[in-house]
Amino acid sequence: MSFNVVLFALTLVALGISYWKDRERTRRALQISLRSLLSLTPSLLGMTVVIGLIMALIPPERMVALFRADGPAGFFLISAVGTIATVPAPVAFSLAGSLHELGAGLGALGAFISTLTMVGIVSIPMEIEFLGRRFALLRETVSFVLAVAIGGLMGVILP
Amino acid sequence: MIQRLKPYSLFLAVAIINLVLAFVEPESARLSATNAISFVGEILAVLPPVLVLMGLFDVWVPRQMVEYSIGPGSGLRGALLAMLLGTAAAGPLYAAFPVALSLQQKGARLANIAIFLGTWATIKIPMLLMESSFLGWRFSLVRLALTVPAILLSGILLERWVPAAAIPARSEGR
Repeated sequence: MSFNVVLFALTLVALGISYWKDRERTRRALQISLRSLLSLTPSLLGMTVVIGLIMALIPPERMVALFRADGPAGFFLISAVGTIATVPAPVAFSLAGSLHELGAGLGALGAFISTLTMVGIVSIPMEIEFLGRRFALLRETVSFVLAVAIGGLMGVILP
Repeated sequence: MIQRLKPYSLFLAVAIINLVLAFVEPESARLSATNAISFVGEILAVLPPVLVLMGLFDVWVPRQMVEYSIGPGSGLRGALLAMLLGTAAAGPLYAAFPVALSLQQKGARLANIAIFLGTWATIKIPMLLMESSFLGWRFSLVRLALTVPAILLSGILLERWVPAAAIPARSEGR
């Protein structure tokens, strides 16, 4: 929450300085902002309803409870949960904590946190809107492979 | 009409699923809707200011400055700077996309854009502190030590695989 307050305050100050220095330029800046917001609306709406549906049908807590034993199957289950789920960091770490208690190895937890943070399937429409289909899809794929590799390596390095 | 609805196809498809769900499993449909609404609120608390800052960035920051610091000739220094930019920012990853596009339009190289996004997503000091309190310092440090080269590698790969022309130009109204 405090982050949002700082962000809004910072934006207002920047906007004020900009307006004071050059009114015309500021108007142009706001036009750019408004145009991107409008072109974003469809993918934003899509993203929100998809997250809403996924979280309602398969809440991460319930998926985590599917975890049975440490091993390749568990490792990939956890990576899949990390890839699909979109949760704020505090929730992510408490989930990781409960996975740890269920017996997940450190490698699987590394894959979980890496996929959770690096791969964002639900924000892909928005990423495409800004950076193009090719960049977005390749970046997500590369990130997924690297996240799983990080987890695998952590499983080897950490006892 | 169909053409104008096309961008909304994902939204409409999920809305229909929700409608069906409302008859089959009303509790899940309600949860799905409230989840979506709270998420809209979350986005509205982040995105508008980010987009305003992006607009200001577009009109005030000279292209030369971005090009020099994280452009094609910036090398390792540019990559490190892109990482620093990524860690300094807070907020969800989707807030980084408009920033990334702005940087790209101002002449940042694609590798540095990918590095910036990767760092924004994974490397945050508060996050590392929280992680280490749950899973231990060794875990966090090893993950960090593996993640930094992975992010650099993803930058190199993406630059090789994505032509600059594949990035949409802002002048199209994006």
